[in-house]
Amino acid sequence: MPKEFSILIGGAAGEGTRMSGQLIGKLLNQQGWRIFIYEDYQSLITGGHNFSIIRASSERISAPTKMIDYLIALNQDTLQKHKGRLKKEGLIIYNLDQIKGEKGVGIAALTITNQLGGKPIMKNSSFLGALGKVLGIDWQAIEDLLKREFGEKADLNLKIAKAGFDQAKTYRKIEKLNQKPLALITGNEAVALGALKAGLEVYISYPMTPASSILHYLAGFKNIITFQPENEIEVINAAIGSAYTGKRTMVGSSGGGFALMVEALSLAAQSETPIVIVESQRPAPATGLPTYTAQGDLLFVLSAGHGDFVRFVVAPGDAEEAFYLTGLAMNVSWKYQMPSIVLIDKEISEDTFNLDESVINRVDKKEVKIWDKKGEYKRYLDTSDGVSPLAFPGEVNAVVKATSYEHDEFGITAEEDEEQIKRMQEKRQRKYISLAREIQDLELVKVFGDKNSEKAIIIFGSNKGIGMELGKELGLRVIQPLVFQPFPEEQMKTALSGVKKIFTIETNATAQLAQFLNCQGIKVDDSILKYTGRPFFVEELREELKKKIQ
Amino acid sequence: MNKNDLDLPTKNTWCPGCGNFGILQAIKNAISILEKKGIKKENFVLTTGIGCHAKIVDYLNINTFYGLHGRALAVAVGIKIGNPNLKLITCSGDGDSYNEGISHLIYAAKRNIDLTILIHNNRNFALTTGQYSATSPKGFKGRSTPMGSLEAAFNPLELMMASGATFVARGYTAKIDHLTNLITQAVEHKGFSFIDILDPCVAWFNTYEDYNKRVYELKDNEVSSKEEATKRTWEWDYNNGDKIPIGVFYKIQKPTFDQEINSELIKIQNIDNKIKEILEKKI
Repeated sequence: MPKEFSILIGGAAGEGTRMSGQLIGKLLNQQGWRIFIYEDYQSLITGGHNFSIIRASSERISAPTKMIDYLIALNQDTLQKHKGRLKKEGLIIYNLDQIKGEKGVGIAALTITNQLGGKPIMKNSSFLGALGKVLGIDWQAIEDLLKREFGEKADLNLKIAKAGFDQAKTYRKIEKLNQKPLALITGNEAVALGALKAGLEVYISYPMTPASSILHYLAGFKNIITFQPENEIEVINAAIGSAYTGKRTMVGSSGGGFALMVEALSLAAQSETPIVIVESQRPAPATGLPTYTAQGDLLFVLSAGHGDFVRFVVAPGDAEEAFYLTGLAMNVSWKYQMPSIVLIDKEISEDTFNLDESVINRVDKKEVKIWDKKGEYKRYLDTSDGVSPLAFPGEVNAVVKATSYEHDEFGITAEEDEEQIKRMQEKRQRKYISLAREIQDLELVKVFGDKNSEKAIIIFGSNKGIGMELGKELGLRVIQPLVFQPFPEEQMKTALSGVKKIFTIETNATAQLAQFLNCQGIKVDDSILKYTGRPFFVEELREELKKKIQ
Repeated sequence: MNKNDLDLPTKNTWCPGCGNFGILQAIKNAISILEKKGIKKENFVLTTGIGCHAKIVDYLNINTFYGLHGRALAVAVGIKIGNPNLKLITCSGDGDSYNEGISHLIYAAKRNIDLTILIHNNRNFALTTGQYSATSPKGFKGRSTPMGSLEAAFNPLELMMASGATFVARGYTAKIDHLTNLITQAVEHKGFSFIDILDPCVAWFNTYEDYNKRVYELKDNEVSSKEEATKRTWEWDYNNGDKIPIGVFYKIQKPTFDQEINSELIKIQNIDNKIKEILEKKI
């Protein structure tokens, strides 16, 4: 059994608990533990209740547990809401300035901070120090971390952390594991970096949780253009315009914003313009729960857009896959001149995962088919693989005519000639066949757990982590499709060989994955669904799986 | 296709007498003049939305993007950001940019993005068989308003003045030389150039006679004065007014969005090393 423990830190919005959780994650990460951080917050700026669960394990994990070993409560509210999660042998570290008469380690965080002349937000450092002491971590490790994080400004934080450290006692010394620490990164950051590796040049986005942090993150890069237009309709049309000039362009939003882009998604297909769309799902219909999670847009992204057209749809299940699949999507879009959709959700976007840097080598900027400058340029030249050579405006002797109308090879409107109309529709469909053929050599379906079990659970996206973990523990075969369009039928068939019962685990109310699989001829027997905006927690899914499947 | 000629051997499907013929001619004239002044033909890009105006892409042998209804400008903004060296001309209709896509019009003006938009303003939805548009007069009898529309027209020039356009003009398709000159000036202007073009629709709203009586050319107006320009937009507000001024109303210089957004880009020499450096800090 892997060694593991979880820490919950909670407080009011604006108190800095998220940042604090990130630092705790780094501290443990540097001790060789594998880390996953779950974020829970509400759609408000100050007040309310925010918390992070930092899960540390000797093995790689990417799912939260309900029960916790340590509760760090910045206020009474946190204590009341989460005390019930604490294991029998668990410990509470609490803010003595706000909570009286509690067992555990009380730290007068604000008092310490004020006495040392720090800003209120710095009180988080006293909890970091106290936790370090409770876990028996050397002061030096905490000092190194804070110096690295805050640089020259570390001084005050160090004093405040040391005061917290000195006020606490070691409760249970954790070991330092002999593993190389891996980077800690959110899925949104991984999406951004994967796109950059594949040659991203322009990112266009209108703010919408949980996709906004891709825009914030990329805005800090000086090598690319980031643009925040007036609405999502401008976002996608401008992206199509930018890609028409040859710039590798990506856009991002959640379901509501993507809904506004759908007409132009169809334009990207018809005009054969390469664009990458990141869709980070949150609970809907409509505004739903802006800061929570769901997998309710699977069928939507697969069918969005009027008319018959093809797209490339990937669904990464953690940060490494987000990096790799976003890069793949960018290259596929440019090679086949079609839209790609990277389907994630709030848990992928905003939770923090370990990422092995070797993933960098799995993504490259692939060359595309460029016009050879011979003869007359035809933007929609009919070719055997359906892919026409690209030229961009500004190219001497090329007239580049892109269009939303059905057209001939030059891009001139073709309404009368039925042969012509048929030919162009088939040319576009042929790209899809070429794409499906090309990617079949890639790993498009992953299998975890007991690979010989006759009972299979199929998961996608953010349920990967929990599926992997429980599949292994309970002896179930766990299957994760990474690509939904073109659907990897052969690989799925292989993955399912010998399976007698199939279940899906999904974070939605209508079993969209099961519906989709049923349409692919894969008969799903039953589904375990959760639709409260929160992801599955290990304990609850374990119970459900035992009841339903074992 | 002949690479150097602006014409294409396509069949023109505008109605005989359509105002769009004059606009097409003026655009060709302007491009020829600008080519002589040194702008290379391959650097012109023309975008359109959907409507009678948009058929123009099939009649012009230059780079074009035939977009969605209302999104002529939305695509053009992306093209200009992607490559600020291109000369963008957007053709759009009143239905296209005053109805469906008005947000893009306002924001392109607000940003002062360097491109030229020509509104083929025939004051109705022509290609969908004559419904009222944003600049149809109140009482317009179209197929969707057989008893007369209930909305007064709005004044697009006044809107553009308020939105931050740095070049605001009105042209008339029947005065091709005047319009050619306006388009040439607009493309040469560094910033957002807006021309509303009076474009009679012979099928649904034939305004030739009316315009011929009332249109006059602006002379000696102070184009750098926002106050004067705004007042002039009120002379005829698409509902009321006697004479209809055409010409340049307003013209000033301001920094352009496409240039500023492209100005401080720094290339990363080795992206692998950059990502490794970022990940190192995340341990």
